[in-house]
Amino acid sequence: MRAGKALRGVAVALAGALALTACGGGGEAEDSGPAKLRMTVWSANEAHLKLFNEIADEYRTSHPDVAEIKFDPLPFDTYTTTLTTQIAGGNAPDLAWVFENSAPDFVASGALLPLDDALKKAEGYQYEDISPATLKLWQNDGKLYAYPFSTSPFGVFVNTDMVKKAGQKTPAELIAAGQWTWDNALATAAATATKSGKAGMVIRDFDYKGWDNLSTFWAGWGAQAWSQDGKACGFNSPEMVDAMTTLHRATFTQKALPGPGTTADFFAGDSAMTITQISRASLLKDGGFGWDLVPLPAGPKGNYAVVGQAGVGVMKKSPHAKQAADFLAFLTNPTNSAKLAQFFPPPRQSQLTAETLAKTNPQLKPEQLQKVVIDGITSGVVKPSHSGQAELSQQVRAGLDPLWQPTADVKAVLDGVCAKIQPLLAK
Amino acid sequence: MTQTDTRVGSAAAGPAPGPARPFWTSRRRDQLTGFVFIAPQLLGSAVFVILPLILVLWYSLHEWNVLAGTFDFVGTDNYTALADDPNLGAVLRATGLFSVGLVVLNLGLALLLAVLLNQRLRGTIVFRTLFFSPVVVSLVAWTIVWGFLLQDNGGINGLLDTIGVDGPNWLRGESTAMVSVIVVQVFKNVGLNMVLFLAALQGVPAELYEAAEVDGASRMRQFWRITVPLISPTILLTSIITVVGSLQVFAQIAVLTQGGPGTSTTVLVYYLYQQAFQFHHFGYGATLSILLFVIVLALTVLQWQMRKRWVFHES
Repeated sequence: MRAGKALRGVAVALAGALALTACGGGGEAEDSGPAKLRMTVWSANEAHLKLFNEIADEYRTSHPDVAEIKFDPLPFDTYTTTLTTQIAGGNAPDLAWVFENSAPDFVASGALLPLDDALKKAEGYQYEDISPATLKLWQNDGKLYAYPFSTSPFGVFVNTDMVKKAGQKTPAELIAAGQWTWDNALATAAATATKSGKAGMVIRDFDYKGWDNLSTFWAGWGAQAWSQDGKACGFNSPEMVDAMTTLHRATFTQKALPGPGTTADFFAGDSAMTITQISRASLLKDGGFGWDLVPLPAGPKGNYAVVGQAGVGVMKKSPHAKQAADFLAFLTNPTNSAKLAQFFPPPRQSQLTAETLAKTNPQLKPEQLQKVVIDGITSGVVKPSHSGQAELSQQVRAGLDPLWQPTADVKAVLDGVCAKIQPLLAK
Repeated sequence: MTQTDTRVGSAAAGPAPGPARPFWTSRRRDQLTGFVFIAPQLLGSAVFVILPLILVLWYSLHEWNVLAGTFDFVGTDNYTALADDPNLGAVLRATGLFSVGLVVLNLGLALLLAVLLNQRLRGTIVFRTLFFSPVVVSLVAWTIVWGFLLQDNGGINGLLDTIGVDGPNWLRGESTAMVSVIVVQVFKNVGLNMVLFLAALQGVPAELYEAAEVDGASRMRQFWRITVPLISPTILLTSIITVVGSLQVFAQIAVLTQGGPGTSTTVLVYYLYQQAFQFHHFGYGATLSILLFVIVLALTVLQWQMRKRWVFHES
């Protein structure tokens, strides 16, 4: 029995030690000494990180209370999951990049620090210069919870070498002739794919799973995933059925898009065209192939633009939340915002001019910047987002899976999607 | 007991009323030594097994919103939600299908390979190494490579194309996706069971076969009447390991299908991951893991009970 008693003693001591460590991990203990800040980002691109680090180094020279600023790249595909797992594990970063699809959850949760004061009070910040349209997604009850760090419109990158070799008119020529429509874009993609043996049009990051990227397509038909108030499903609307019927035909009959389970990377020269954000221009290699960037083709509803957004917020529970907010104000002040504009289109109106953007975007021509970036930011609809997006997204993904078969009944599948998600939307 | 110990202690010290007996009696020293020896193991299982188990049970009684940082006691709400979950049926069906498919294919193939490689033929060592090598390969790397092979324009369909067969889109068809995931997992681990079977086969005394041969028993009859009964403890062991392992499959699903198409490959562990880490329903995720625990426990107990019926000999 004494053995039993001793065992109990060991167990109690162990439980106590564990309880202590658990408290330490999740607590809000104020650290003394200079702060070490960590910001999670989705990009592991060397050029992006180099610029971040330069700005951070500059900040530290004038702020001895901050010892270190570390940018922690998390994989794009699982970014939000990894971030929330870190938060759950008591290892939350001080600053975090947040995607538009998880914006409603983060903004409404109370996990982020309101930024209005920190930004407005920062010297020379010019808060009023930020376009109000870009702030909408990141506000709740009149408070700003994340800075719209990147408002990046979707455009079409074109491998002009491949298109010309296939004897097709380039999108630029089609634009000049006023013929840059989805019908013509898909026909060009299909013809180029047949001639080259490579893929035609790739909607990047869709891969028959990331369906929210399809909004770059269906917005041309005036379709939307759900109503503005987020309560009614839009997948079985006549516009959506039209758009998806076109997409289905383009994939399985016309072969303008690579089918499910086929990978094709535009930037590796595997496809004629790709729809993606201009921040991906950094993936283009010098001398790889001739390329162009053009706006999205016109749909039946005319010209349209779609933007993807990412915000940067400060975690409220961070022991260094104040320093983190101060650093964010520095990172996004007019000077640094202009530097970052080469990768991440800024929300500052004064910087949304073709001349300013051209200085930092040597790869893009002024008219590309005007047509794709500036017009896109001012007129674009943001990719779909909703509270509880992850669950919703999973249901839509599963609901859309039957559509990616050659013999699918488009209307029936889309009705099925609505049946699945309507209860979640109504919550 | 303490009193008994005191009595023993005083008896050892004798009736003399001298100074108090020393604290470190040989009995206590032995106990301490024992504890020191088992401490690392005890500490490890306490920290990594028992404590998480208790915590999971505790979490399952709560609604934990990671983002908002709230942790509210909700009693049995999560268990009620589990009973009403419209997805659970499909998830359990997928889990069952995967387990049955894996266990039958894995054990069948492992036994077949072991019997073949148990023959005294040239080159068996090469084949043994070949079949065992996937066991030591990183699971994720193995799965990613298979992911490429199973693509619509991947290696498998390329191979089928050369013999004029138009292969299906393996990972995108509702029926082929599950089969693909099972086969990838069978090839990954069949080597381990094969080696265990091989060891068991080599422990079967040769004279039994000689005697059976003299009696005129056919090869097939020898296999069913001698081999299978004598290696039945190993069959039990491998079936428990494989069943439990099959219920915990995750990486293959996450890499190959993400639970799709539809929910056809959403097995219990993947569903648990979705609920907890993607949808942020940590409380409900914990409830699902309790369900998994109960299922694994029940199956293991069942198999253990069944050993009395069909495991021929136990040492």
